[in-house]
Amino acid sequence: MSKLLIEGVSRTFAGVRGGEPVRALQPVDLSVAANDFITILGPSGCGKSTLLRIVAGLEAPSTGSVLLDGKAVTRPGRDRGMVFQSYTLFPWLTVAENIGFGLREQGRPERERNEIVASYVDLVGLKGFENHWPKQLSGGMQQRTAIARALANDPEILLLDEPFGALDNQTRGLMQELLLGIWERRKKTVLFVTHDIEEAIFMASRVIVMSARPGRIKSDVPVDLPHPRHYTLKTSPEFSTLKAQLTEDIRIEAMRTAQAQSA
Amino acid sequence: MLRPLHSVAPGTRTVLGISFFVLFVAFWAWITLGGHVNRIFLADPLSMLKDGWRLLTEDRFWLDILITIWRVFGGFVLASIVAVPIGIAMGAWKPVEAFLEPFVSFARYLPASAFIPLLILWAGIGELEKLLVIFVGSVFQIILIVAVKVGSTRRDLVEAAYTLGATDNGIVKRVIMPANAPEIAETLRLVLGWAWTYVIVAELIGSSSGIGYMIINSQSRLATGQIIFGIMVIGLIGLLSDFAFKALNRWLYPWSLA
Repeated sequence: MSKLLIEGVSRTFAGVRGGEPVRALQPVDLSVAANDFITILGPSGCGKSTLLRIVAGLEAPSTGSVLLDGKAVTRPGRDRGMVFQSYTLFPWLTVAENIGFGLREQGRPERERNEIVASYVDLVGLKGFENHWPKQLSGGMQQRTAIARALANDPEILLLDEPFGALDNQTRGLMQELLLGIWERRKKTVLFVTHDIEEAIFMASRVIVMSARPGRIKSDVPVDLPHPRHYTLKTSPEFSTLKAQLTEDIRIEAMRTAQAQSA
Repeated sequence: MLRPLHSVAPGTRTVLGISFFVLFVAFWAWITLGGHVNRIFLADPLSMLKDGWRLLTEDRFWLDILITIWRVFGGFVLASIVAVPIGIAMGAWKPVEAFLEPFVSFARYLPASAFIPLLILWAGIGELEKLLVIFVGSVFQIILIVAVKVGSTRRDLVEAAYTLGATDNGIVKRVIMPANAPEIAETLRLVLGWAWTYVIVAELIGSSSGIGYMIINSQSRLATGQIIFGIMVIGLIGLLSDFAFKALNRWLYPWSLA
């Protein structure tokens, strides 16, 4: 049985000031196996973030349904942890308190909370920064905290919406390795949205390519590169072949978007 | 030289800030001591200080100062206790906002000073009336500003909290309230400044104590030195309470400045 089942999910936004309704997402079907790392790749505005937000329960689909472990998703919940592109750490909480937020909402006792928080601080390499305010951290450190915060809640699935999109290239590469390393060791079902082709291939066991708006699934590409993956993989011939194929796919869609905008 | 938005060194800032005070007092001294205005209408700085000293040592003016401070803080604290929860409720729950916002917006424009005759009829000319003037003048302002601040809570933080399993109740208590606490405190600091205006108006009418009473009393005796001293005292206390409030906010919310 699949872990996550997306069935006929579409999204139409009401027209602004009596205008035509805007269709952001055509009906999408997707089945995600347990412990799969799936990246959703698409040009900007293709509805990939909308799809992720629907899985998170932050938005309702216009049609279709999302099932996690056979249960319908109706609202956000702690079984679906999320990392956003914008920095969403609670600025009034320290790094440790941020990571422990979900556990506190569950009402877990403080001692247990502290133990779990300490282990995740360790996991994302933030030892020594437990008592810092988010404002005192770099972008990469903030996103590492956000990942730890989502994971500390032990969700069934981890949703990431271009989490490294605002980071510089070097930091982005390190963050990819960090997240992949965690996944390789701990195994978790992951849905990762990105517009970066290299990132999509490097992280994924399966890349879902989405079309230009209104988005639909254009292709579903398995990535059979061996684990553990090292950054040098990005320069290997197998990687390059995949990259060439996906670049072509995305390029067509990006051009469609550009034409739609100029029309 | 002068470049737009270019910062100024801290030392220079202090010197510049003080020098305007010096210029101001110098100009005042020049027009009064130099005989450019009639002494009856404007006292010079020296006689202002002399009058002030006499007020404090002979007329027990410090009692008036204390009672005015008590009125300001009493009315302000009452208004805050009522207004902050209502403002948070309005900002967090849109039906509450829809219910109260039109009335509060209307009430905000009712001048507190115009209520004084009514309040005297209702509450007499005692302390309660003074507190009520400040309460009426502050409460609607605080409600509205707090409601607006709370209503503009960062949505991404709320969404993040939901995905971490927070309940609606948890969102209000552990996201909306802490996220807006520094801004609410800042609002209160602002409104406290306005409360000083209301208290003097309240003391000008039907009062037998307080800084405002001393001022209106001095008017009939043409004691402009005393009036100016009273005004200066208000300015000074306002400045001090503002500093104290700022320091308190910095201490309570280190994360917002870190």
